[in-house]
Amino acid sequence: MLIVGATSAIAREAARSFAEEGAQLFLTGRDEEKLAAVADDLRVRGATAVATARLDLTHLASHEGMLAEAVRWLERLDVVLIAPGLLPDQRACQKSVADTLRALEVNFTGTVALLTLLANRLEEQGSGCIAVITSVAGDRGRPSNYVYGSAKGGLHVFLEGLRARLYRSGVAVVEIKPGFVDTPMTAHLPKTPLFASSRRVGRAVYRAIKQRRHIVYVPGFWRLVLGGVRLLPESVFKRLRL
Amino acid sequence: MRPLGTYRPWGYAPASAPAAVLPVVWRSEPLAIARLPTTVLPFACGRSYGDSCLNPGGVLLDVAALDRFIAFDPGAGMLRCEAGVTLAEILAVVVPHGWFLPVLPGTQHVSVGGAIANDIHGKNHHRAGTFGMHVVRFELLRSDGQRFTCSSGEHADLFCATIGGLGLTGLIVWAELRLKPIPGAAIALERIRFESLDEFFALSAGDADFEYTVAWLDCLHRREPAGRGVFMRGDHAAGHALPAGSATAKARVSLPWELPGSVLCRPAVAAFNKAYYWAQRGRTVRRTVDFAGFFFPLDAVGNWNRLYGRNRLVQYQCVVPPGAEREGTRALLTTVHRSGEPCFLAVLKRFGALRSLGLLSFPRPGATLALDFPFRGSSTLRLLDRLDELVVDAGGAVYPAKDTRMSGRSFRRFFPAWETFAARVDPQFSSSFWRRVTSA
Repeated sequence: MLIVGATSAIAREAARSFAEEGAQLFLTGRDEEKLAAVADDLRVRGATAVATARLDLTHLASHEGMLAEAVRWLERLDVVLIAPGLLPDQRACQKSVADTLRALEVNFTGTVALLTLLANRLEEQGSGCIAVITSVAGDRGRPSNYVYGSAKGGLHVFLEGLRARLYRSGVAVVEIKPGFVDTPMTAHLPKTPLFASSRRVGRAVYRAIKQRRHIVYVPGFWRLVLGGVRLLPESVFKRLRL
Repeated sequence: MRPLGTYRPWGYAPASAPAAVLPVVWRSEPLAIARLPTTVLPFACGRSYGDSCLNPGGVLLDVAALDRFIAFDPGAGMLRCEAGVTLAEILAVVVPHGWFLPVLPGTQHVSVGGAIANDIHGKNHHRAGTFGMHVVRFELLRSDGQRFTCSSGEHADLFCATIGGLGLTGLIVWAELRLKPIPGAAIALERIRFESLDEFFALSAGDADFEYTVAWLDCLHRREPAGRGVFMRGDHAAGHALPAGSATAKARVSLPWELPGSVLCRPAVAAFNKAYYWAQRGRTVRRTVDFAGFFFPLDAVGNWNRLYGRNRLVQYQCVVPPGAEREGTRALLTTVHRSGEPCFLAVLKRFGALRSLGLLSFPRPGATLALDFPFRGSSTLRLLDRLDELVVDAGGAVYPAKDTRMSGRSFRRFFPAWETFAARVDPQFSSSFWRRVTSA
């Protein structure tokens, strides 16, 4: 199993569930010291073997090399979990083209570039599962975080198409949409009861992958909430300060 | 990290939310606290009963994410892990390999850091001593950024101050623990009904023959002084096969919110006590049980403290030295009985002679009594103050992990090494408990 963005809170928790089953894990992330800490933990929890590699999703040229190394070490790609996630400062992005583009690079372009390579490999392999963590923010653009939302929303559409294309080759595409999650990414936000723990979301990611679900909202009530939000006419929605 | 108001202890504590919470996520990163205008205190599972885990108006370091294992050697039985790992997680990993924690408290949902900071003890203190006695080394991170690897041979002063040190000497980042081998996941248990304190002490005289011993007392029985109860003693047995995966009992039911008022009223608990006392047909019963049910009976109901309602409960745990064991315990129980405060759970055990290196370590030779009361305001507090006086007179001590009101005067009598400890407290670490016992 390949996990991209393995030092992120949700990916770490999901990885633990896979480790407990004795999985073989190839982890990537930007910080090698943190990757090593995650790898140690997963080995003790039961992973048969763990390898790590440094990868920055925005360095597109490094994707092919990393994939080749992962496939060499794992021998086959059963499950690939991609947890891209940088929550940009919406206000800063509004003032700066560079900030906006950087946020889109991390949350959208980088992920899409990797998915393009992955899709081809798995199509050839004829089996496997790609799981990507997006967000409820991608369901409808909100004034408070539409830069992040547009990246996740774009990713959602990309995954829909990918799912239909890869279905013919026996490859599953799973999308997990968390709502508010208590992770270092949201450490600066005041915590309300709406926040789910990264442990809970990580376990939900694990279950969604095992069950090869299509699109999963975590916790489940967000499906209803976003269903309602999506039904609001623009004339009403644009007036709400969401 | 959670909403600020959720950083509460297990029992009653007056309004105690911190000003802010800082999550600690990676063991390799420094603590960004030097420029903070307030003091800090680590907070993990919040299973202390009182205010030793609180820092109202200050900052709490939420170490829940510092929960990674580092290394486990199943051949030698050595485990290294970050301080936020819980004992439950450790058991889930090590029990399938035939290893166990040498010291376990009444719940598995405490962190390694908390276990060291309170130098916790269990039903086998007479054989194994305290948790701190099985810690080989740990890393302490202080507010000035310095990291110390502490053991009995290295930075021994910090080692002894941190064990039982209530989180005040700095942040414990990771610890290395010595495990003990077990033949199986079962406990061979003997359960004996007794009718008086004298009978308890007679039974307890045989503690050395058993790994685990403890007694449950019925404090709501009409006869005074309360002295009837059930004595339990057990050993690890080769019975149940070691489980393949996650071994530990998960709460089958959990209380999602506090009950209005308190569901636990005297008649209900008295009836439960009667049923529990008479639960076995013979005076002595022997059974083999799964270890989770033996060690953590209360963990079967998640958030059981909510049964007590919004004000939760207070627990009072003290130890009276061997010379005063019988009379001291009798006096404590009589005082409780006469006060009219309902004691819903009482546990009695004799500690052994093993002494921990911890400067503020609570367990010492003598009889230890732990009493649970619903918090009823000043009447409860007055009773506990009276009990403190009895304990001071007897030359014993009260356990800070359960305390929310001991005075500075009592604290200094209970822990004569407190000044040596105070010299090792990190200047930027503080707690509500520490401020209270160093001000009066």
